[in-house]
Amino acid sequence: MSHSPSGLLVPASAASRSTVQGYDPQLHDAGFDALAGQLADQGFVTAALDDVITWARTGSLMWMTFGLACCAIEMMQASMPRYDMERFGMAPRASPRQSDMMIVAGTLTNKMAPALRKVYDQMPNPRYVVSMGSCANGGGYYHYSYSVVRGCDRIVPVDVYVPGCPPTAEALIYGLLQLQKKIRRTGTIDR
Amino acid sequence: MTLVVANDELKAMGEAIIADAMGSAVGFRVEYGELSIVAQPNRIVELLTILRDNAAYRFIQLTMISGADYPDRARRFDVVYQLLSFAKNRRLRVKLQTDEDTPVPSVVSVHPAADWYEREAFDMYGIFFEGHPDLRRILTDYGFHGHPLRKDFPMTGYVEVRWDEALKRVVYEPVKLPQEFRAFDFLSPWEGARAALPGQGYEYVLPGDEKAFDKAEQAMSARAAASLTEPQTSMSAVTLTSVDQKSGTDPAPSHAPPPPAKKG
Repeated sequence: MSHSPSGLLVPASAASRSTVQGYDPQLHDAGFDALAGQLADQGFVTAALDDVITWARTGSLMWMTFGLACCAIEMMQASMPRYDMERFGMAPRASPRQSDMMIVAGTLTNKMAPALRKVYDQMPNPRYVVSMGSCANGGGYYHYSYSVVRGCDRIVPVDVYVPGCPPTAEALIYGLLQLQKKIRRTGTIDR
Repeated sequence: MTLVVANDELKAMGEAIIADAMGSAVGFRVEYGELSIVAQPNRIVELLTILRDNAAYRFIQLTMISGADYPDRARRFDVVYQLLSFAKNRRLRVKLQTDEDTPVPSVVSVHPAADWYEREAFDMYGIFFEGHPDLRRILTDYGFHGHPLRKDFPMTGYVEVRWDEALKRVVYEPVKLPQEFRAFDFLSPWEGARAALPGQGYEYVLPGDEKAFDKAEQAMSARAAASLTEPQTSMSAVTLTSVDQKSGTDPAPSHAPPPPAKKG
């Protein structure tokens, strides 16, 4: 998907409604094309509504902090000025009811598993889960432990897995950019 | 920096404590520059009170309580109390032995800090503490079965959890491992164990590699003998001695303290 010169909105001609097979506004909607041409030089950009919505979603991913272990240190680093996740519109949000995404950062234990699921259930749709680090991905170092969940995907559906023990802040940001890409590609408005 | 106390001073303190403890302490040991008191299990409260209140000791802080499991012993558990005296700048270890059924008197009345430590020892080992105000599990999962730090507890436990979409809750199921835990054999040549290297020490003797092992040992003992005659190079004898002890393959490891006395 290409960006407009301003880097903000997807121009109408490039609107890729990937979820609708074979739809192209230029081919299928002459009126849309005429309208876009009239508005383009007046300071407006036209785009498909779901593109605008997915763009808005990628730009304000408030993340629920679920720091469980050392990965949380890297997660904090990622949001601190050096890596500055806020330039992608992401900010930590301590309340699950106001967050869009959850970063499971660390070892998920059996005792914590119901609490993790409860927090996930409290998040409003659309919601995304990033599993950060070996322990959250599959138990990692504690895979054979009596008290550790062998991967947080046994408890919640996971969108992006970030490998590492712990992953660096760059790796986490790369994972979050992959999540943004995923949201843009598969954006849906159903709830 | 660690505080180094002379062994004879620790020995004197141990003897003084035995004398003052009125039978609640049965012995002491001085090891690695640390003093350990062996306590009479049913009189631990009395002993810790004396150690806290006697002006000669003032062990007013209980740093921690830990358990230890020795399954071969009749009384399989150790309970270890670590004490600190600010006034005298000394640390002290008090040990006692117990088993699964015999409760240990709780020392919460002497050191309130013991509350959670005793709960932890109960949780992890199943050691009972008599007179504890609230002896519940503290760390393991709600409804957990067993005591995980006992040597006979299976490492992977008995249950695992997952979210059940139909029941809409986290369910417990018996452990099913797609891949069993592997105990690595470091003697196997396929695991990357290191061979004996003449003059550089050796880590593991590979099966069929005994000749190289003997050669390395000869080379090292020759070097050590040479270094003992030259005082400048005596440091290399120290390193060689430690290499010997670390290897674990030494038939008779020498525990000689420095300055090193290399075995012949």
